[in-house]
Amino acid sequence: MLRTSFHFPGGVKPDSNKEASARDPIAFAPLPERLALPLKQSAGVAPSPVVRVGERVKKGQVIAAAEQWISASLHAPTSGRIADIGNYPLAHPSGLPAPAIIIETDGLEEWQERPPPDWQRLAPQEVQQYLQQSGVVGLGGAVFPSHVKLDAEARMEELIINGAECEPYVTCDDRLMRERAAEIVSGIALLRDLTGAGQTLIAIENNKPEAIRAMRGAISEHRENFTVVTLPTRYPAGSLRQLIYALTGKRAPFNVLPTAMGVQCFNVATVYSIWRALAHGEPVARRVVTVSGNVRAPRNWDVPLGMSMEALLQLSGPLSDTNGLIVGGPMMGTFLPLTNAPITKGSNCLIARSPRLFPPRPPESPCIRCTACAQACPQGLQPFELYWWSRARDFDKAARYALSECIECGCCAYVCPASIPLVHYFRYAKGELAAAAREQKMADDAKSRFEFRQFRAEREKTEKAEKLAKAAAAQAAKRAAEESAASGEPENMASQEERH
Amino acid sequence: MDILAAVAVMALGALLLGAALGYAAIRFKVEGNPVTDKINAILPQTQCGQCGFPGCKPYAEAISAGKAEINLCPPGGSEGTRKLAELLGRDFVPPAGEAETKKKRVIAVIVEDRCIGCTLCIQACPVDAIVGAARQMHTVVESLCTGCELCLKPCPVECIDMRTPPETPETWRWPEAGK
Repeated sequence: MLRTSFHFPGGVKPDSNKEASARDPIAFAPLPERLALPLKQSAGVAPSPVVRVGERVKKGQVIAAAEQWISASLHAPTSGRIADIGNYPLAHPSGLPAPAIIIETDGLEEWQERPPPDWQRLAPQEVQQYLQQSGVVGLGGAVFPSHVKLDAEARMEELIINGAECEPYVTCDDRLMRERAAEIVSGIALLRDLTGAGQTLIAIENNKPEAIRAMRGAISEHRENFTVVTLPTRYPAGSLRQLIYALTGKRAPFNVLPTAMGVQCFNVATVYSIWRALAHGEPVARRVVTVSGNVRAPRNWDVPLGMSMEALLQLSGPLSDTNGLIVGGPMMGTFLPLTNAPITKGSNCLIARSPRLFPPRPPESPCIRCTACAQACPQGLQPFELYWWSRARDFDKAARYALSECIECGCCAYVCPASIPLVHYFRYAKGELAAAAREQKMADDAKSRFEFRQFRAEREKTEKAEKLAKAAAAQAAKRAAEESAASGEPENMASQEERH
Repeated sequence: MDILAAVAVMALGALLLGAALGYAAIRFKVEGNPVTDKINAILPQTQCGQCGFPGCKPYAEAISAGKAEINLCPPGGSEGTRKLAELLGRDFVPPAGEAETKKKRVIAVIVEDRCIGCTLCIQACPVDAIVGAARQMHTVVESLCTGCELCLKPCPVECIDMRTPPETPETWRWPEAGK
C-alpha cells in the first residue's frame, strides 16, 4: 500500500555516508576481559547496585535495580566477577567520571535461569514492570525508559515505529531491520496489542531499500496490516515531532507531548529488545553499534554493554591518522578524544575522526542575519535570535524565544555561512537556565525550611510558657490546698489570697 | 446660586469617590508587604546572616523599610545586587567587601570521627540541614545545606569543613562557546 508523507519544514541533506558500514552483516564482537557498566544508562534516575565487590554474577542477572518509576534496571552482559564499584570514565562531553560497576568476565557465558513471562496473560501494569526490570530503554539515542511510554490510559490512534535513521554514517537500525525483521514485526504486533493502536506505521527513509523490502516481507509473512511508509531522505526525519508530522500531519504544540495527541513512537531497535525481553526473557545487555568513519572495515557489531570504545574501534581497524571519536552521528553526536569509556545502551554509533574526514570548523565570524538558520530549523525557531540572546547571556530572553523547543539537531549550524557553532551556544544557554532553575528551587526550599524553623521556635516558646504557667498554677493550687487544709476554710482563704 | 450647586456637585463627587476608595482599601487589603516578598525572592535564602540581619527575610524587611543598603549580601554577589537595584529603581552600588563575586556553592561536611555529638551545630543551622542527637554522631544533609557557615563557630571541636561539592556529569554545564 502506498502512502505519501507530509513535508515537515526545514531540515538539511548532508552526505549520508551509510554505504560502507551497511554492506556487511552484523558481527558479534569477541567478549572482552573487562566490562564497565555505568549505572546511569537511561533518562531519569540511575538504578542502585544490588551486587557486592567480589560477588559472582551470571549472564542476565540484575546488577543494579530500578527504584523509581522513570528508571530501568541494569544487567550483567555475561558471567563473571564484580571487580569494583566506583567512578569510571564515561562517554560524556564533560570528560567527568561517573559511578559504574566493573565486571571481570570468565568467558563461560553462564545464563541465569530466566523463564520468559507468559506475557499474553499479564496485565498491562505487569508488562510495564517486567520491561522496567528487563532494562528496556529507547535505543534510538534518547534512552527514555520504554515502560513509561506504555503508560497511556487512552487508546492510541497511531503507533509509529521509527526506522528512519536519518543521521549520516549510522546504519545499526538498517542492518537490524534487514537481518531481524521477523522478530521486529512480532514485537510491533505485541506493542500494537499493548497500546491498542488503531493504525501502525513503520517509517523508513528511502535510502534503505533492502530494509524496506525485508520489513514488507516480514509483515506479509506475519499477515499483519502494518504500513511501511517510505520517507524522502532528509535530516532530521527521524526526530520525534518531525516524524509524527511527516506520517500523520499531526503537529504537537510546544510543551505538549505527542502522547497527548494519541500517537506513540518506538525505535526499531527498542521494539526488537522489547520482543527479546517478553518472548525470550532476555534483558537488554547487548546492542548493535555501527563503527564507521576513518576505519579499514566499517561495519555493525553486536556488542555487550560495557565494552571499551577503544577496543571496539580496534575491531574495525582504525587508520593511523585517527585523532578522535564521535559517539552518535556527526550531526548530534558527542565529539570525544580517543577514549576507553564503555558502550552504553545509548551508544548507537562510533565514528573514527580524522582531519581529512572531519576538518576543523573554520573560525566563527559575525552573524550577518541571513536567516538561513531559520529556514533550516525543523522546529520553526529563529536560531539567530536565540544565538543573539545566548551570546548576550540574556537567558530569560532566549527562553522566551522558545529555546527549550530546540532539539539540538544541528541543522542551523550546518547551514550557517558564518560558521557559528549555534548548537553550542544553545547548549550553554540551556545549561545556565537549568542551573538557575535548580538554584531557585534550592532557595525556595531553604526559605520554607527557614520559615518553618522560625515557626517551630515560636511554637516551642509558647508551649514552654504555657507549661510554666500550668506548673505555676498547679503549684499555687497545691499551696492553697495545703493552707486550706491547715485552716479548714478553703473558700475564704482562696478568695482572701486573691485579694492580696 | 450656580456656584453653590457646583460646590455641592463637587463635594458629592468627592464623598462618593472617597467612600469607594475607603471601601476598596478594606476589601482588597494586601496582607504583608509585597515589596518585601519581591526582595526576599531575589535573596539567595542562604540564611547566613553575613548582611548583619538574622536571615534573608529580616534583611528584605530592612531594605524595604529603607534601613539597609542593597549591597550587603555576599552569597548573592553583584548579580543579586543588580537585580535588587533593578527592582527598587535604585542605582547599582558595587557590593561591599566580600559580596563582590557570587560565591560558588559550598557545603558543610562534618568530619565524623571528630564529632562528639554536642548538638550545638544543629541548633545553629537555620534550615534544619543537620541531623543527629546528643552524644550521637551528626551529619549534614548535603542537598539541604545552603553553605551559610553558621555551624562552624559553635562547634567546640572544629570538626566541620566547608567543601565544594564535586562536579558530576549531571551538574556539569556546557562552557560558553569560544571559551
